[in-house]
Amino acid sequence: MAALLQSFGVASASVASSDHSIKLPAFSVHSLPVIRSEARLISSPILGTRKTGKVTTRAVAAKAENPASAASKPGHELLLFEALREGLEEEMDRDPRVCVMGEDVGHYGGSYKVTKGLAEKYGDLRVLDTPIAENSFTGMAIGAAMTGLRPIVEGMNMGFLLLAFNQISDNCGMLHYTSGGQFTIPTVIRGPGGVGRQLGAEHSQRLESYFQSIPGIQMVACSTPYNAKGLMKAAIRSENPVVLFEHVLLYNLKERIPDEEYVLSLEEAEMVRPGEHVTILTYSRMRYHVMQAAKTLVNKGYDPEVIDIRSLKPFDLYTIGNSVKKTHRVLIVEECMRTGGIGASLTAAINENFHDFLDAPIVCLSSQDVPTPYAGTLEEWTVVQPAQIVAAVEQLCQ
Amino acid sequence: MACSATAKIIHNPLLLSSSRSAEKSDSCCKMLGPSSFLGSTSMSKKLVSVNKGASRVSRRSANVVAVSSDVVKEKKLKSSSAASSLLITKEEGLVLYEDMVLGRAFEDMCAQMYYRGKMFGFVHLYNGQEAVSTGFIKLLKKEDCVVSTYRDHVHALSKGVPAREVMSELFGKTTGCCRGQGGSMHMFSKEHNLLGGFAFIGEGIPVATGAAFTSKYKREVLKEDCDEVTLAFFGDGTCNNGQFFECLNMAALWKLPIVFVVENNLWAIGMSHLRATSDPQIWKKGPAFGMPGVHVDGMDVLKVREVANEAIARARRGEGPTLVECETYRFRGHSLADPDELRDPAEKAHYATRDPITALKKYILENNLASEAELKAIEKKIDEVVEDAVEFADESPVPARSQLLENVFADPRGFGIGPDGKYRCEDPKFTEGTAQV
Repeated sequence: MAALLQSFGVASASVASSDHSIKLPAFSVHSLPVIRSEARLISSPILGTRKTGKVTTRAVAAKAENPASAASKPGHELLLFEALREGLEEEMDRDPRVCVMGEDVGHYGGSYKVTKGLAEKYGDLRVLDTPIAENSFTGMAIGAAMTGLRPIVEGMNMGFLLLAFNQISDNCGMLHYTSGGQFTIPTVIRGPGGVGRQLGAEHSQRLESYFQSIPGIQMVACSTPYNAKGLMKAAIRSENPVVLFEHVLLYNLKERIPDEEYVLSLEEAEMVRPGEHVTILTYSRMRYHVMQAAKTLVNKGYDPEVIDIRSLKPFDLYTIGNSVKKTHRVLIVEECMRTGGIGASLTAAINENFHDFLDAPIVCLSSQDVPTPYAGTLEEWTVVQPAQIVAAVEQLCQ
Repeated sequence: MACSATAKIIHNPLLLSSSRSAEKSDSCCKMLGPSSFLGSTSMSKKLVSVNKGASRVSRRSANVVAVSSDVVKEKKLKSSSAASSLLITKEEGLVLYEDMVLGRAFEDMCAQMYYRGKMFGFVHLYNGQEAVSTGFIKLLKKEDCVVSTYRDHVHALSKGVPAREVMSELFGKTTGCCRGQGGSMHMFSKEHNLLGGFAFIGEGIPVATGAAFTSKYKREVLKEDCDEVTLAFFGDGTCNNGQFFECLNMAALWKLPIVFVVENNLWAIGMSHLRATSDPQIWKKGPAFGMPGVHVDGMDVLKVREVANEAIARARRGEGPTLVECETYRFRGHSLADPDELRDPAEKAHYATRDPITALKKYILENNLASEAELKAIEKKIDEVVEDAVEFADESPVPARSQLLENVFADPRGFGIGPDGKYRCEDPKFTEGTAQV
């Protein structure tokens, strides 16, 4: 998918915005440009899905670029974890109060290399290697945020942040309110989550469903290098506490991103592929499964509209609503668990707000409600695969 | 035994305390051997005083790393000493007295108001522990931070939050320090750097550690002239909680300017400290993490103040954290809903004789720092302040519906974009509190 973007370059939403004003029209210059996929691009053999056999689950794009053509294009190419680092570094340069705390973020450079090189540049205090005490160092970040700093907490794996649930729920989310607005908590809590490659149950958790009810926090999920950098910068600049969900399998995605500075909106969804027949709402890694399924669907004559919701809390009901009003059919594809997941909340929200526009019940494809098994075959069946997405669309569009 | 190189291993401060309190019959520390189950309902247990057992005291002196400075160590104090060797000046004495009387009068008024139905929920009163709050917080600057637990009214008052604002907050009015949104257990004040007010025990300690981290960050990264110190107050029950230990580790590791103040009142609701803790001597846990651990008589404001002075000075100098265990006692139950049936009346009676306000009053009068009339004038003034606070709170308005959704997010765009394309917070119904979110 990223290669798709790479091959024609991302039109730059390159307005260097320092602060959003409240009065933003929906698709203002601050928002992501619409990336239009055309038939010729879908058929490009990036992921080898033209085969009718087993649909590959590899989300990583492997296409190498011709150096000559690379030089002539605007922007620069990098991997998703480098994009996160770039965003982080730019914000740390811009504001000396921005600091990072987490396990192995300093000298080790981060377990997924997101903070590589930063400790050498900014020092051990600004890129703080913490002891293994998630609840306490998350609380420490909150105390630091209340007293003027802008810390970023890295959970080495999102699952570890379950240990910090006390601080995230009670203090991060609530203190602005219980203090009557006196203290702001401009923290960013980020880390890799999601089902990886046979990492076992505890390292394959999706915490977005657990955190979504916490009042006072915002949640965003990045899926491409472009939106990773933009969302990282937006999250750091936001006065609200933001949880940024990254995915273990997406760190090596390559994409060409603009050289100019850009910040994305935390509340907006991203139109990945406009269409007419069905709205597919997704986020994070499942975006790539959906796009893979989209290729198959296009070949079968369907025209799906794919939206990466990006903002898991709050939902961008404008983008989603417009889409529902156009296609009248909704499929949600998520990696979250079936019970009480993001898909469940999204289904409720769409039913509440756009019921009149639906021609069919909303279909929600989520992961199975099982602890992720270690065995590769079982793990594959835990998450939604492109074949299931194709089948669901065919069912929905009957 | 790990400790910072600059901390002096001096004689057990308890010896100093005991010499100072020789003329008082109170015990200034307790020896908690298996035979002295303080506070248990069994009548056969008795209270042990340090005056009785020099040998017991010496058993502890080997591994105490005290923070009292040499000056304190050399002070000899007798009740009839000259004014120059007194611990406080007249002005200081009156400030301390007024603060403690304010704390006591305020809490008593809270109890009254609660039973009259002016405030609800969980209200935890501080009666008896005033020496700790006054002893520590009166040494702080306005920029220094204080973090407390749910027993936070008096910490707020000592730090400078006006009694009116605290009382209004308790009544749930908009003029409260948290606009009525926090309540008894969540007192916050940005102006006075009171960082809360936390309902779960232990969850404020990391926040305090973070505030201390900011202080160090300002100094070392932002190169600002910053020597702000943070005090974290919490109880004996908290000292068995993971967050306590995790923060002791981090604070000592990074030499954060923080003082961990344990208000050991022996009871966590109905759980006796001795029944919950393998080694009940909390001060010992400091040296295990590389910081000094000190035990002090929390019913004596002057002793607390002395120890606090050194601990805070240590933090300001950049030498790192200190763990101070204050032996204190709450005269009332855990909260106003607690029938307080488990505690031994003899134990309560014992600590009632060590009322910190009475003790300070006695010290002031015996050393001719002020007259009885002056102290009475202070008491009268405080009564008026508290009455005024109640009146103010009574007359203040309750929050309007429009306040419901304010302050959920610092940036209200966090409520998201509605179906019409506008941010939800732009919806006029949003401010009315009737909008769907």
